Amino acid sequence: MLEIKNLQVDLEEEEKTILKGVDLTIGEGEVHAIMGPNGSGKSTTSYVLSGKDGYEVTGGSATLYGEDLLEMEPEERAAAGLFLAFQYPVEIPGVGNMTFLRTAVNAQRKARGEEELSAGDFLKLVREKAKALKIDADMLKRPVNVGFSGGEKKRNEILQMAMLEPKMCVLDETDSGLDVDAMKLVAEGVNALRDGKRSFLVITHYQRLLDHIKPDVVHIMADGKIVKSGGPELALEVENNGYADILAEVA
Amino acid sequence: MAVPSIKLDTAETLIAAYPTPTGAKWADATRKNALARLREMGAPNKRDEYWKYTDPSALTAVPAATAALFENDERPMFDAIDRLRVVFVDGVYDPAQSDDLSGENVVIETLSDAFSKDIHWAKDLFGALETDGQNPVQRPLATLNTAVADQGLVIHATGKVNRPIAIRYVHSSQSSDAMVHHVIKVEEGADITFLESGPGAARFNSVVEVDIADNGGFHHVRTQGRDHERKTVTHMFARLGRESTFKSFTMTVNGVLTRNDTVIELTGDDAHATVGGASAGDGKGFHHDDTVFITHDAVNCESRQVFKKVLRNGATGVFQGKILVKADAQKTDGYQISQGLMLDDDSNFLAKPELEIYADDVACSHGSTVGAIDDDTLFYLTSRGIPRSQAQDMLVLAFLGEAIEEIEDEALAADILDRMDAWMKRRQG
Ligand SMILES: Nc1ncnc2c1ncn2[C@@H]1O[C@H](COP(=O)(O)OP(=O)(O)OP(=O)(O)O)[C@@H](O)[C@H]1O
Ligand SMILES: [Mg+2]
Repeated sequence: MLEIKNLQVDLEEEEKTILKGVDLTIGEGEVHAIMGPNGSGKSTTSYVLSGKDGYEVTGGSATLYGEDLLEMEPEERAAAGLFLAFQYPVEIPGVGNMTFLRTAVNAQRKARGEEELSAGDFLKLVREKAKALKIDADMLKRPVNVGFSGGEKKRNEILQMAMLEPKMCVLDETDSGLDVDAMKLVAEGVNALRDGKRSFLVITHYQRLLDHIKPDVVHIMADGKIVKSGGPELALEVENNGYADILAEVA
Repeated sequence: MAVPSIKLDTAETLIAAYPTPTGAKWADATRKNALARLREMGAPNKRDEYWKYTDPSALTAVPAATAALFENDERPMFDAIDRLRVVFVDGVYDPAQSDDLSGENVVIETLSDAFSKDIHWAKDLFGALETDGQNPVQRPLATLNTAVADQGLVIHATGKVNRPIAIRYVHSSQSSDAMVHHVIKVEEGADITFLESGPGAARFNSVVEVDIADNGGFHHVRTQGRDHERKTVTHMFARLGRESTFKSFTMTVNGVLTRNDTVIELTGDDAHATVGGASAGDGKGFHHDDTVFITHDAVNCESRQVFKKVLRNGATGVFQGKILVKADAQKTDGYQISQGLMLDDDSNFLAKPELEIYADDVACSHGSTVGAIDDDTLFYLTSRGIPRSQAQDMLVLAFLGEAIEEIEDEALAADILDRMDAWMKRRQG
């Protein structure tokens, strides 16, 4: 279970506060969505949780199943079960997608004191998961995300998530840039991972994805804070009326 | 312009430091000619334009500085492939450690044996490509080598040579100062792979002259040992006939001073030349210089230069690469890329890419970049659970890999990649 309490974050390089006291608790097996205007701090929340450089936590806490995330290196957070599907996945020339996946899977297993996956078992697993996401063999062989279309990159994120089997999945605008069919594929990929224990935080601007991935709770983030939380109907309200009413109401 | 006296004096000191070898008339004549040429041009000096980024004084000092011996704990280079092994210890051929110098479609002799024969095919080649390669840029250390070297191999490939010729250069004396000179003739349609590995000596000066006839192929992969204190200067002179192929790749790690000159002349139409290098240096005591000069003098030839250097803790990497396209060399395709990857702020990458084009129908491109490991990429990898140091190594190898993949033979490329991986791993933590 993920617990974020009064999280406050400044930029390291300049004097600017981005997160102004974020409170968010996601229970085991739950799906939460965060919506909010551009620049409200959604991606920043996901980056700070996963340990990206450049941010300074000035207050508050974030724990995953009781473990202090903020004290850990990014790779330790991953091994502890946190996964971030990037809003903008990075292209890595010269590193094969397959090599990357296997290195990641085995690094996490090693960190957790588990046995590494054999080349054969890994191959079987990756083929099976890739097939479900319609990722072909050629994409697996190519360098990570290099020359992938926007939608292919997002599907590749979900493939990584499926391979790494995290406890807590954060999806940052995984729906942006996806066509209708790809959106269904991605949603199916996510839903296939729902097992009653694994939790999800879905950052999105659109109700559409939430039709496929049904959230338990929807949060609205504005100016570095969660300003309102509610059921799935909150997403519909945003879709129909935008943020103006909600922001006026909480101001 | 008069040659500065310091250059002439240094040349005299150098000449006096090496015994003038004896041999048959043809060899004698070439060497006397080389001595005369060296006396005219003088020794290289750090004021020379061509040595702007690399101070040659350690290469011209008399006596050469000593270099501590290095215990290499890795398995020998190229040991996984079937090869004809030849060993030189401190620059001297060691028959006891070498295989029989014989193979299918190839005749191999030592240079000193060739010198003892009154008539030898090598007489038209020995020193000839080196002499040609002095224009338009002087390379006095190669001339010195022609003048005094009596060690090396003379290789005549008459068809497809099925086993690579693999030379291992052993450094066994702290004060060795060695000269090695190889002459290789690849006949029409013949094909040979020539491998070199090891530091060679405390100071090592090697020259390879390769003449590739029409449709011939020459493949060269070299590693220069892991010794830290060695000083090395190499020259590779190649002349390419019609539809011939030349591919050379060098991996360099460590070494206080390395200067690798490659001089290629594409003289037959439709020929192809690739020169590549991957180097990795750690510390202020690492200085590595790749200098390449490719002359296109025929129609529809292709040349590629791909050099990658990884530098840390104050190491220096240099690249000087030139493509000269003569007026008659239409349809030339020349490509050149040199890149430095800095693992910290203390290291230096100095690049001087040059194009000089006299033909009008050519496609030439060159690029040079210097950069650090991308933070976002590193974060992406670590966010997937890959420890930072391992992620960094992956990115360094990916960077070097783009040069290593210029090696045609996959087993050789894999061996090189492994060594680079090991080099990175030794520096983890
Ligand atoms: N490294 C940075 N340098 C400068 N400003 C930053 C940096 N990181 C975040 N910000 C600023 O912090 C604010 C929040 O950005 P963030 O990316 O978290 O927004 P978001 O809610 O994800 O927006 P979007 O919906 O557009 O993706 C923005 O004003 C952004 O410009
Ligand atoms: Mg965002």
